[in-house]
Amino acid sequence: MSSSASAGDPITGAEIFVRSLQEQGVEHLFGYPGGAVLHIYDALYKQDKVQHVLVRHEQAAVHAAEGYAKSTDKPGVVLVTSGPGATNAVTGIADAYMDSVPLVVFTGQVPLPLIGNDAFQEVDTIGITRPCVKHNFLVKDVKDLATTIKKAFFIATSGRPGPVVVDIPKDVTAHRCVFDYPEAVEVRSYNPNVKGHPGQIKRAVDLILSAKRPMIYTGGGIILDHAAAELTEFARILGYPVTNTLMGLGGFPASDKLSVGMLGMHGTYEANMGMHHSDVLIAIGARFDDRVTGNIEKFCPHAKIVHVDIDPASISKNVKVDIPIVGGVKSVLGDLIDVLKSTAERPDADALAAWWEQIDEWRSADCLRFDRDGDVIKPQFVVETLWKLTEGDAFVTSDVGQHQMWAAQYYPFDKPNRWINSGGLGTMGFGMPSAMGVQFAHPDATVCTITGEGSIQMNIQELSTCRQYALPLKILNLNNGYLGMVRQWQEFFYQGRYAMSYMESLPDFVKLAEAYGHVGMQIEKPGDVEGAIREALAMKDRLVFMNFLTDPTENVYPMIPAGAGQNEMILI
Amino acid sequence: MDRNSDRHIISILMENESGALSRVSGLFSARGYNIEALTVAPTEDPSVSRMTLVTRGTEQIIEQITKQLNKLIDVIKLLDLTQDSHIEREHMLIKVRATGSAREEVKRMADIFRGTVVDVTDASYIIELTGSPSKLDAFIDTLGAKLVLETVRSGPLAIARGGRRLAI
Ligand SMILES: Cc1ncc(C[n+]2csc(CCOP(=O)(O)OP(=O)(O)O)c2C)c(N)n1
Ligand SMILES: [Mg+2]
Repeated sequence: MSSSASAGDPITGAEIFVRSLQEQGVEHLFGYPGGAVLHIYDALYKQDKVQHVLVRHEQAAVHAAEGYAKSTDKPGVVLVTSGPGATNAVTGIADAYMDSVPLVVFTGQVPLPLIGNDAFQEVDTIGITRPCVKHNFLVKDVKDLATTIKKAFFIATSGRPGPVVVDIPKDVTAHRCVFDYPEAVEVRSYNPNVKGHPGQIKRAVDLILSAKRPMIYTGGGIILDHAAAELTEFARILGYPVTNTLMGLGGFPASDKLSVGMLGMHGTYEANMGMHHSDVLIAIGARFDDRVTGNIEKFCPHAKIVHVDIDPASISKNVKVDIPIVGGVKSVLGDLIDVLKSTAERPDADALAAWWEQIDEWRSADCLRFDRDGDVIKPQFVVETLWKLTEGDAFVTSDVGQHQMWAAQYYPFDKPNRWINSGGLGTMGFGMPSAMGVQFAHPDATVCTITGEGSIQMNIQELSTCRQYALPLKILNLNNGYLGMVRQWQEFFYQGRYAMSYMESLPDFVKLAEAYGHVGMQIEKPGDVEGAIREALAMKDRLVFMNFLTDPTENVYPMIPAGAGQNEMILI
Repeated sequence: MDRNSDRHIISILMENESGALSRVSGLFSARGYNIEALTVAPTEDPSVSRMTLVTRGTEQIIEQITKQLNKLIDVIKLLDLTQDSHIEREHMLIKVRATGSAREEVKRMADIFRGTVVDVTDASYIIELTGSPSKLDAFIDTLGAKLVLETVRSGPLAIARGGRRLAI
């Protein structure tokens, strides 16, 4: 372990904290102050390298950090106080854990001598967060602070990324020691394996080339490991169809003819039928989630499976695979490409042509068509229009519900790290705060949030943060007056007993946006959709809240109902 | 329990940090795995603890358990000892009623099982016994419920035979 910062006089833990973030290259810190972190805030006040972003609720700080991380190759960083500050952050931490987002979350803690005494604003943050972090640390000695921070960043960003919590008692931030930020750290019990086993890679290539009905199924791992270019090259060499999970959208260009779109519960007919009938499945950076597989008993009955993943525990967890390859997807794809290039063997052209003919037949079902006539705004049309007007090149965050699925279906992404949503935990309230983080990372980019009237109200207070930092988000509220995804399930599976899914007493969103100092727009007719979005996008330096009154009865199609296989989709 | 579910002894070397044990037990409860027995103590290197964990599961579940354990940052190394030949020992202290004719009988049984009487009163003995868990079970059965007053068992300790080692 060698040191980069020069040794000198002892400084306080709070100063060590700030210097460590500076050394780490942290530019943005999302947070909210309180008693246990006041020394740290004082140290932050005296410098200007690390910009602190003041949110209005700690959950939003974590989502903002997630948006920041998901849209860049940098970790997100959060600072909250002890007790309620930490508990408010837990939903965001769990969200980041489920979607493997690299975060370092610093929580204040009561002074060491008070721990365990039910002190004011004390909670067992380590205990509460243990099941939803990659790792957590309680810093008990100021001498360990800098090294612990370095370890936290190392663990959060390497291997399968994830959130790391560092709990810092208040007295530790007042104690002094000499600052020494290590350049690198080693954790003897943690050595993630990036390079895939060459023998397995050769076996995989043999199987891949023998396929008659192949399918490449990729997930968020491609986005997290920045492997979109490698995936694209790999798929094009083979000419095989590619489907992406919700988390993997943008990992392969949606406009490429090899793309069959998203798979899973609300995926395309061609993707799910292609999965079901495949004879060789090449899974890369995806984890066979239940929303993807449908009924596991009926999943891919004919396929031999290759699975590439950095996390050995993801392999053969839900579905037994034939050729596991533990490694970083970028590295392994690179190796797969090298082997493919060095062999003269090519896929069976006749079989592949017949397979594509079959896929095209499924495609012709046109599973994403929707009713374009009528005088009520169709939510799909709003998303499609946004895609057209932003030329498919905006950053889009979403909340959770029907609007999330429509965003995923009707805004095809050609680039990675542009689609930011809460997939694993499905956290309503994720959309706007995560967009704030994206906008901080990309100040000049167009950043849109597709949301619903239910979800937006779960973190609506962040309109104030957006005002403070002049974040020109474009918020598209697909206001159907319902917790639409809940309503859809009640319509399908509970004979239309709409228990608690009607959103009563909605605020006047236009006035609300204006009250926070933003621009509000109300759009009620299909003919006004394009003009409104165009106008909003032209307001480069203003946040525009577009309240679209959309069809309250619209459902998300196609759909794999619970218990059904991927070949048993309900089409519209 | 599943018909194909076998007993496994997993030995784990982990950082001797506060909270390390709760990471392991939390993992088992969160993922619905069961722990039959668990022992833990520092090794000859005080920065490392060794845990011996007995669990049951199908091959697939045991594979997930070992992978999930390996994923814990504090876990340095682990070995499923049941995959190969190994020695397994458990320690027991047992308090036994020892009055009248039972006094001689209990002493005789303890000798047969190679137990040692470590405490004597008018009415009871404490016997110390080491062996495989099934030997300890057999001793308890032999004495019978009328004589057994109290038992405390360490949970199994285990180590691989021959060259196979779990060490850093
Ligand atoms: C925090 C949280 N609570 C509850 C849910 C369950 N849930 C999933 S979708 C949904 C409805 C969302 O309504 P809205 O934001 O209006 O979106 P819509 O489905 O109408 O497009 C609910 C309640 C959730 N995902 N997250
Ligand atoms: Mg709604």
